[in-house]
Amino acid sequence: MRIKRQSRWRGRFAMSLFLACASTVVLPTKTFPRPQQTNAKEELLTLPGEIGHSGGRLVISLRSEPKTLNPLTAADTPSREVIGAMQVDLVHINRATQLTEPALAKSWKISADGLQYTLTLRQGLRFSDGHPLDAEDVLFTFRVYLDENVHATQRDQLIVGGKPITVRMVDAQTLVFQFAKPDGVEERLFDGLAILPRHLLEKPYQEGKLGQLWTTSTPPNEWAGLGPFRLKEYVAGQKLVLERNPYYWKTDTKGNRLPYLDELVFLFVPSADAQVLRFQSGETDIITRLSAENFSVLSHQQRNYTMADAGPGLEYNFLFFNLNDLGEKSSADLTRKRKWFRDVKFRQAISTAVDRDAIVRLVYQGRGAALWGPVTPGNRRWLNNSIPHPARSLDNARALLKQAGFSWPSVSNGELTLVDSDGKPVEFSILTSSSNADRTKMATLIQDDLKQLGMHVQVVPLEFRSLIDRVTQTKEYDACLLGLASFDADPTADLNVWLSSGGTHLWSPSQAHPATTWEAEIDRLMEQQLSTPGYAQRKKLYDRVQEILAENQPMIFLASPDILVGAKNSIGNIHPAVLEPYVLWNVEQLYFRTGAESANR
Amino acid sequence: MSQRRKLTKWLVVLVFLHCIVAGAGFFAPYDPVEQDRERPYLPPMRVHLMDAQNHLHLRPFFYSLRLRTGSFDQYEEDTATIVPLKFFEHGVVYHLLGFAPAHLHLFGASGARIYLLGSDAYGRDQLSRILYGGQVSLLAGLLGAGITLFLGALVGMAAGYYGGWRDELLMRVAELFLALPWLYLLFALRAFLPLAVSPLEAFLLVVVVIGMVGWARPARLVRGVVLSVKERDFVRAARGFGASDIYLLRRHILPETASVLLTQAAILVPQFVLAEMTLSFLGLGVPEPMSSWGSLLASLQQYSVLVSYWWMYLPALAIVPFFLGYLGLASALQHRTSLYKIEEQGGWNLS
Repeated sequence: MRIKRQSRWRGRFAMSLFLACASTVVLPTKTFPRPQQTNAKEELLTLPGEIGHSGGRLVISLRSEPKTLNPLTAADTPSREVIGAMQVDLVHINRATQLTEPALAKSWKISADGLQYTLTLRQGLRFSDGHPLDAEDVLFTFRVYLDENVHATQRDQLIVGGKPITVRMVDAQTLVFQFAKPDGVEERLFDGLAILPRHLLEKPYQEGKLGQLWTTSTPPNEWAGLGPFRLKEYVAGQKLVLERNPYYWKTDTKGNRLPYLDELVFLFVPSADAQVLRFQSGETDIITRLSAENFSVLSHQQRNYTMADAGPGLEYNFLFFNLNDLGEKSSADLTRKRKWFRDVKFRQAISTAVDRDAIVRLVYQGRGAALWGPVTPGNRRWLNNSIPHPARSLDNARALLKQAGFSWPSVSNGELTLVDSDGKPVEFSILTSSSNADRTKMATLIQDDLKQLGMHVQVVPLEFRSLIDRVTQTKEYDACLLGLASFDADPTADLNVWLSSGGTHLWSPSQAHPATTWEAEIDRLMEQQLSTPGYAQRKKLYDRVQEILAENQPMIFLASPDILVGAKNSIGNIHPAVLEPYVLWNVEQLYFRTGAESANR
Repeated sequence: MSQRRKLTKWLVVLVFLHCIVAGAGFFAPYDPVEQDRERPYLPPMRVHLMDAQNHLHLRPFFYSLRLRTGSFDQYEEDTATIVPLKFFEHGVVYHLLGFAPAHLHLFGASGARIYLLGSDAYGRDQLSRILYGGQVSLLAGLLGAGITLFLGALVGMAAGYYGGWRDELLMRVAELFLALPWLYLLFALRAFLPLAVSPLEAFLLVVVVIGMVGWARPARLVRGVVLSVKERDFVRAARGFGASDIYLLRRHILPETASVLLTQAAILVPQFVLAEMTLSFLGLGVPEPMSSWGSLLASLQQYSVLVSYWWMYLPALAIVPFFLGYLGLASALQHRTSLYKIEEQGGWNLS
């Protein structure tokens, strides 16, 4: 033990020496008071886990530049990932256990009727610029989120039962949140709602400039947060550098203030292959969102890094048909095809004919799971285990098609052709995103599966933006293969997909009234689970939703890829989770095992 | 005379190569779209004569490959089962030259599939795909060159023969075509077409686009030849005897441009094969599951394929003999042309 501690000190010394050398060139001198190890007035949170040592610079690549550092307007994944390391919420969902944990609120109480939440804040916390945090900041934050003129992305989730929640301050530490109707999500609601610094944002808010604030080019002294890292430097097109927040409010079990790392660097590397090369050459320390092919390339040449398969994530890939009611607008061709698509038996037949095992094996190299519903095996809490997993059977598929009035007339030149009840051959096209090789591959496999039923399918890879435009706006397509990845395991995260009025209700988006009885029932169940408190009750409702989806197959669920990551062996406390941000969720606990190694770079 | 022999030599080589591709059904052991989902990315199989017990076999044979357990693309030879290579095997039905049904293949094996050049991501036979893909690429090149030369000869003769404002207009249009960014043009064109085009439509589209954009250069060359030929004595004489424009062009001027056109053809065909490959590589060619040399190479855009499966590069090698043949032919043709010129003009114009 003693030896270990010694080496830790030596490591820290080496590190600070390295930083001192560097600071003469790059670092501007900061005048912030560096807080002591612990302060009696501060109510810090102690995290279990390996004890690490301070120092080091962790480099990770991002697929694209974050569009903003403003939590109010951030909608893209890179922005969310960066903001996640800089901001914190009142109550946080632990990405590994998928359960809630105290964050800025050290405790909370929910009234018996589920309408009143009383949250108690930690005492003595400070923002990254040294300004103290109090309940006023929380009040301000929620005022901003709920202000219609701000257009905060968080606003929708704070409208419960048709009314915005109200927040009231009892004393400097205690806040009461009042709901119009019980919210089924309960305290999970607070996850991801960053608490904003009133002292910096109140003036711009009154001037109505909040939306334009906190871009990537904001000077670091105009920015403050409560997260483990704070803004240091942004180089357009290259990187975003974050530095350790000295006021961060978590410690390890030995009382050392977290985070361990001195710097967190996000490099902007536009393509997946380039990210792999950077990781292989040691330029980046961690790689996430890996495809199975790249994962196996990296695994074959494993040197000073370890690859990890965290199991199926929340992404589900599916095939869906155009079920929109376009009335007179639609062409005769599409009207004829829609008659097949609307037939449940037709969709069931296709689902039965699809070789999901082959998809998992050939597309994900076995690193994935076949799906029969939208909830992946990675989402243990909400998965309905009683949904049947019928094996692939071309015979059953043919029987279903026969029941639906399809037939196979005489065999001409050796090719089997399926025709509908009017004698027209069954031909349609499947759209896929041209930038996603995995989905194009799935479509090519399905094309071959359906050929054996006598269907002539064409795969049309399309640029993603025009694909989404076709599916949600012009609605000129036959079928489409897409994937969705919810950022939370809770069913509410996918509300927009299952409600018939939702914009992501892909097979027929934004309906005024549910077109079918089963869509109406899903609407009812989803609304009901929203306002039903208690996991067991909600699970029962969501189980039924999954059953309805499996019966009616508006989406033919295919497969879910595993979350594949890699990290250098020298990094400690790596615990990949299946929820975003996969590896960086415990970024405050990550550390370099030997200080010397990271200083060498 | 050796020039003529050179010409024949290259012609024989080319005819031989084209016969192989035209008879893809016979030379390919399998249907190019048939998937073998148990064998993705199978490396090329090795032909053996000696078995594991050091016995010599008169008939070449293979060991079937099986997946190493727990792996996706690592195979090992199963030395217990010997798969003899059989020639002139009956197999999957194909249509020779598109119409004559047949089922005789050059080689095959009963009981197991043979992958001489490995398999792709779906377990499709790479050799069969290269042979069938060649049909698409070469036909596109040949048809494209045909369209281009036809248009080029037409425009070139009209511009050169009639001259004046017609010449001006046609040549300015030709320059416009030379300056067109034809790849973007194709992207734009594709956006106007219906989403799902059938393989035949996609193929014709590629051929027409390739053929349409290339006519400007041959047109300028032909115009140059026509300009000089129309002033020659025999043309003037024919005109003096009252020959019509059409007669003159057809009977006296067109034959003079033949050598230029032939050389151009030999240069253009490989160039257009390459153009088709470029389009297919970018996903604008024939759609899956059909193959062309370009779409076969498209999978190399992925880093993982690039570093893991070397046999996916093989389609790139397939074009080498074809290009060599065509360029050899072009140079032999050019030599022949200049020889004629020397004979005709008394040998003083040796530039």
